[in-house]
Amino acid sequence: MLLTLVLLPLLSTFTVFFIRFIGNKYAAFICTILLGLTFFFSLKSFYYIALMQNPCYMQTLPWFLNENLTIFWGFLFDSVTCVMLIVITSISFLVHLYSIEYMGGDPHLGRFMSYLSFFTFFMLILVTGDNLVQMFVGWEGVGLCSYLLINFFYNRIQANKAALKAMIMNRIGDFGLSLGIMLIFFLCKSVDYHVVFSSIPFLIENSLYFFNIKVNLITCICLLLFIGAVGKSAQMGLHTWLPDAMEGPTPVSALIHAATMVTAGVFLIIRCSFLFEFSDTALDILTIVGALTAFFAATTGLLQNDAKRVIAYSTCSQLGYMVFVCGVSGYSASLFHLANHAFFKALLFLTAGSLIHGMQDEQDFRKMGGLSKLLPYSYSMFLIGSLSLAGFPFLTGFYSKDMILELTFSSYLFKGTFAYTLGVISAFFTAFYSFRLIYWAFLAKPNGYRYSYEHASESKFFIVAPLAILSLASIFVGYIFRDMFLGVGTSFWNNAIFVLPENNLILESEFIPTFNKLTPVFFSLLGSFTAFIIYNFLLKKIFTLNFVFIKIYTFLNKRWYFDKIYNEFIAIYLVKMGYSITFKLIDRGLLEMFGPVGIINKFLKLSRNLSNIQSGLIYHYLFVMLMGLIIFLSLIMGQIQNYIFISANILLIFVVLVFNFLV
Amino acid sequence: MIIEQSHFLFTALYIFSISIGGLLLNRKNIIILLISIELMLLAINLQFVIFSVYIDDIIGQICALLILTVAAAESAIGLALLVVYYRVKGTININKINLLHG
Repeated sequence: MLLTLVLLPLLSTFTVFFIRFIGNKYAAFICTILLGLTFFFSLKSFYYIALMQNPCYMQTLPWFLNENLTIFWGFLFDSVTCVMLIVITSISFLVHLYSIEYMGGDPHLGRFMSYLSFFTFFMLILVTGDNLVQMFVGWEGVGLCSYLLINFFYNRIQANKAALKAMIMNRIGDFGLSLGIMLIFFLCKSVDYHVVFSSIPFLIENSLYFFNIKVNLITCICLLLFIGAVGKSAQMGLHTWLPDAMEGPTPVSALIHAATMVTAGVFLIIRCSFLFEFSDTALDILTIVGALTAFFAATTGLLQNDAKRVIAYSTCSQLGYMVFVCGVSGYSASLFHLANHAFFKALLFLTAGSLIHGMQDEQDFRKMGGLSKLLPYSYSMFLIGSLSLAGFPFLTGFYSKDMILELTFSSYLFKGTFAYTLGVISAFFTAFYSFRLIYWAFLAKPNGYRYSYEHASESKFFIVAPLAILSLASIFVGYIFRDMFLGVGTSFWNNAIFVLPENNLILESEFIPTFNKLTPVFFSLLGSFTAFIIYNFLLKKIFTLNFVFIKIYTFLNKRWYFDKIYNEFIAIYLVKMGYSITFKLIDRGLLEMFGPVGIINKFLKLSRNLSNIQSGLIYHYLFVMLMGLIIFLSLIMGQIQNYIFISANILLIFVVLVFNFLV
Repeated sequence: MIIEQSHFLFTALYIFSISIGGLLLNRKNIIILLISIELMLLAINLQFVIFSVYIDDIIGQICALLILTVAAAESAIGLALLVVYYRVKGTININKINLLHG
């Protein structure tokens, strides 16, 4: 059952070879059915492995069998894996279902489905691998599939550019991750999780000299792994690909850039909790970067005008939450938020897709408005998703998000307070932009084209059904699973997550002041009301605000100028350096001048000079003969007299000859 | 004044040098070239004869006779070439004989 679970999506990928025999529609249905089976199996495995507390570990075929480096294709199914399995397969299945209708008009539906399945397969390899190298296979595989899917409409230049950007930004992170894996092998002489994690406590004193600075090896490893997570999970610094990836079709955004691929980085941190726990420095950096990401992305999301971009920044912000709670050792809360976030963010994205589909592919929500009457179903779904995202009490998001903020507050360190403050402010902004989007799209006066309104309609069953399922999940999952994931003394994790006793905050977080417990909820509600009030009553005032406001607006709307800085201060200079130094100076300059071109030019000139000696005039030839005779005689005479004199003489003659003939 | 061997040899050397000068410095006429070559052979002949007398060996004179015949044949062939050349080009100017330059 477990291996079938992993391999079914691969089987589903192979339908792409039979599209021309069975047709797009049937290929899509086959893919969906296979993914449904996968989902069913992962539910079953969740029951047997996570609920029955029966972790399963198997090594199948050998992969590398070197002296020290033995890597098997191994599969590890424990609680963390099973939670990820449920998330991945359920979202993937629903997105497959959704795509049948949403991409129904596309001539390449079969290929699209195949890519989606391929992505799911790699994601499953990523989460089930029992060693870091196999995890890396999945890690790179999802990057590849991300490229293919963003670039699905390959005749659009923006899609091409976005896909390249996603690939390259991820590759920077992968560089760090691969270095981290190599260091782990250097330290533990193995890449299997069980060996690495059980030997780490005995290796915490090992250090490395880097530029004559002593670095703790575990800190170094953790930071490198974190760079991988920064790339994949779009933390601040390497986040710019995520909003651009919205160029892909909406189901792709829902599957990859909301629920699964971007959570791979967080999954890596959670999986490697055994490492991160032994490095305080790495945990501090995790907290600070995560908190900054949450804040940065929330403020940027405030003033974006593209519906999908707002949700993308929201994803980025929520990933920041997941990372900073890992920094205070709240891995279970992080994973809980990951699961919950997958459900409500997939819901938001798919609803946004339904909205875009209903409004003739219009993505700018300033051109929507008044859709609550026309698309009531999408409206209610979007409202559920947004309330859940904003942490409205007793919806899914509330349980994980508040738990995260409580955990960070209860760590009595500066980093905890820092992350708590930024987290609460981000919660305010999250509610604000969610309701800004809802207001503009659904409640404001109609601003779009008449044609769009005439043709606006709810979609058919395959779009509606996944939304219904996801909305139920967005309402109930948090409540149902809260005690299992985060209850005090829960045995659900069963050694899959490791927290040092002195870092454990689960108990403290239950006893923080009531005021601090209520603050996030209060700020969320305040944010939603503020958005509603500003956009309902104060809209005219906003457009007449002064210069400073315009500056702030531009700053946030242009995403803190990250793209501008990267393009104009890094990318341009690298490209210029590549052209002027590597290409012009070294390749075409030094290497060619000392290489083929230089030799060719020299010999051409030499032979031209030598042939010029043959002037055809008889007295020139006679002169050369005579001079030759004289030189020869003088050399012989000189040799008889004095050896040094002769060598100086030869040198002089040689120089004169070279100077005359060769130059 | 006693005429020594070296005086004869210097005479031959001077004749040889003059002929070389005639070869090198002459820029106009092929006939002067041929004459210079004849002069060179003459100088060599003179040397052979002088050495033959002073060493008292007949071989030098034999060589001189041989060279005389070679010189005669050579100047005959040279003059024949000159005539052919003149028939083709209509001139015997040395400066014009550089069609085979590199």
